[in-house]
Amino acid sequence: MILRIWMVCWKEFVQILRDMRTLAVVVVLPVLMLVLYGYAVNLDVRHVRLAVYDQDRTRESRDLIGAFSRSERFDVVAYLDSDHQVTEALDDGRARIALVIPLRYSANLARGRVVPFQLIVDGSDSTTASTAIGYANAIVQQQSARISLAAVQRAGLAAGGAVIPVDARMRFWYNPELKSANFMVPGLIAIILMMLSALLTSMTVVRERERGTIESLIVSPVMPYELMLGKLIPYVIIAFADVILVIAAGRLLFRVPLVGSPVLLVICSAIFLTAALGIGLLISTISGNQQTAMTIAMMATQLPSMLLSGFLFPINAMPTVIRWLTNIIPARHFLVIVRSIFLKGSGIALLWQPVLLLLMLGVFLLTMCSVRFRKKL
Amino acid sequence: MTGGHAVVVDDLVKTFGSFAAVDHISFSVPKGEIFGFLGPNGAGKSTTIRMLCGILTPTAGRGSVAGYDILAEPEQIKERIGYMSQKFSLYEDLTVEENIEFYGGVYGVPGARLAERKRWILEMAALSQRARSLTRELATGWKQRLALGCALVHEPEILFLDEPTAGVDPVSRRNFWDLIYTVARQGVTVFVTTHYMDEAEHCDRLGLIYRGKLIALGSPQQLKERYVAGALLEIRAQPIMAALDLLAQEPGAKEVAVFGAALHVVADSEAAIDPIRRALERGGVSVERIDAIIPSLEDVFVALIEQADQTAAGGGA
Repeated sequence: MILRIWMVCWKEFVQILRDMRTLAVVVVLPVLMLVLYGYAVNLDVRHVRLAVYDQDRTRESRDLIGAFSRSERFDVVAYLDSDHQVTEALDDGRARIALVIPLRYSANLARGRVVPFQLIVDGSDSTTASTAIGYANAIVQQQSARISLAAVQRAGLAAGGAVIPVDARMRFWYNPELKSANFMVPGLIAIILMMLSALLTSMTVVRERERGTIESLIVSPVMPYELMLGKLIPYVIIAFADVILVIAAGRLLFRVPLVGSPVLLVICSAIFLTAALGIGLLISTISGNQQTAMTIAMMATQLPSMLLSGFLFPINAMPTVIRWLTNIIPARHFLVIVRSIFLKGSGIALLWQPVLLLLMLGVFLLTMCSVRFRKKL
Repeated sequence: MTGGHAVVVDDLVKTFGSFAAVDHISFSVPKGEIFGFLGPNGAGKSTTIRMLCGILTPTAGRGSVAGYDILAEPEQIKERIGYMSQKFSLYEDLTVEENIEFYGGVYGVPGARLAERKRWILEMAALSQRARSLTRELATGWKQRLALGCALVHEPEILFLDEPTAGVDPVSRRNFWDLIYTVARQGVTVFVTTHYMDEAEHCDRLGLIYRGKLIALGSPQQLKERYVAGALLEIRAQPIMAALDLLAQEPGAKEVAVFGAALHVVADSEAAIDPIRRALERGGVSVERIDAIIPSLEDVFVALIEQADQTAAGGGA
């Protein structure tokens, strides 16, 4: 039995090593994906193009503009002279947001009135828009705090008096700079491994079927589970190398800190890989040719892993049915694990639940494979 | 339970939907025999062989291979048979040597014995010089011999060959049959399917399968004697199609078939030659010659298949 598993294993290894295409997929694809997704899927909003229409043209109005332009979130790209120009700038996309300061801005300020001014935001890209509004709000609030402080000081009260009664000092734990990369890269590790594993194994059984070698295997004394294990082991080893490759690339390229235990991360990865490779293997036993297998593998892993795993969209915000559905997606559980280990340094005491779910998924999938691959045509 | 029989098939049936690929066939193959399973494409040859090897489950009926039941004991059977499919189940991206080692390992041939078997296979297949070549670089004839070697690596009692010579050139086919004889001399039962008549002549015994039914069984010699009762006449005449039409109405000619440039006619006896010649000449056909000949296997099978078609048509009407 051990000998037969080993023979299948060895054969599969030799085949992989002779196949330049598979090797390229194994080495190039993960790094390429990490770089592409890591740089492109960036939720940080910086250098938003800001157009300014200053009707007031006073020291105070310039001060407000300065508050925006000093922040690296906004770049002032144009100073405009009419409402018409504001519309134009937003229409042709030169600016994503426009700041309109009304006449008598400083005069009203001096009188201690509430002074409205306008922020016009291009809402066509809602993600950027809402983030930009958030930043703008923060700047405006800071600015008004400074103005009222100055006014109070001018009125003769001591600075440091209870001028601002409630002052929230926000602090972000685990990712203090709110760097997207810190959030994205651990997630990407899950997505990349999921796609790669399913892709790799989805071909193995179909290939034998296409080339006719499956008949010889069926006629031989190899048991289905021996064949499945023998085929799985080489890919586990390869995928493992990819785990290390992707983690290293994440550390070096995106400077993502690894706070938690690397050992725990490796153990959890192994459990996740079994489930991910199992999906590929299962696809392989049910599809007729390599093309179909590859398409199904991409469809079954890429989209659900991106959309339903919590990688891009929070699971809590999903409808109940879909939230339930996400439980059968291995990447969903692994994502919780990787992010927690990477950023929070969580131990197994906190992670046993997703780990257990992954383990159950893996065992279930591999059992399905052996059952599906009856030794018949 | 089967005594000297390597293969026993009893009322075996395989249906795919409403189509009966194998329709109640029964036969047995004694140990050490080269048994040829003959029939046109789609007749049910491969389906039968796949049921015997445990790749397909029969719809009904029973069978045994090497004394083990094909339904109840498929794993015992698998250790005792070698199987070579039409596609030469080889790994093209492994070397010649690696293919032998893989199949040897899968069949549990121990290390020392495997080295010995490898040497034997390489020698038998004349591949010693190419042991380290990738299998995809070999010509078809060599692949075929390597596939045979891999099917024999565990020294099976029975060798199943499913159209082993499909797509192979005549010289390689000749060499391949020499190898089959060698294997058979060592006591291995060979069960081979083919649709080449010249290959059928090499077999000890033949079964003819047509539309899922076994329509004849016997040695090539027996088949020729038994199934062409009467005389087989070869007629060379011009124009040949006119001759064919005339013979179809001639009561002395029981069966007529075009055979290359000539016509083959089954008659009751050689006494039918003169009436046939007269009938043809009356019809304006110039007769070059009419000879009584020994039937070839092809004649036998054409005759048998026509009989089967007529029976089927008669039964359906």
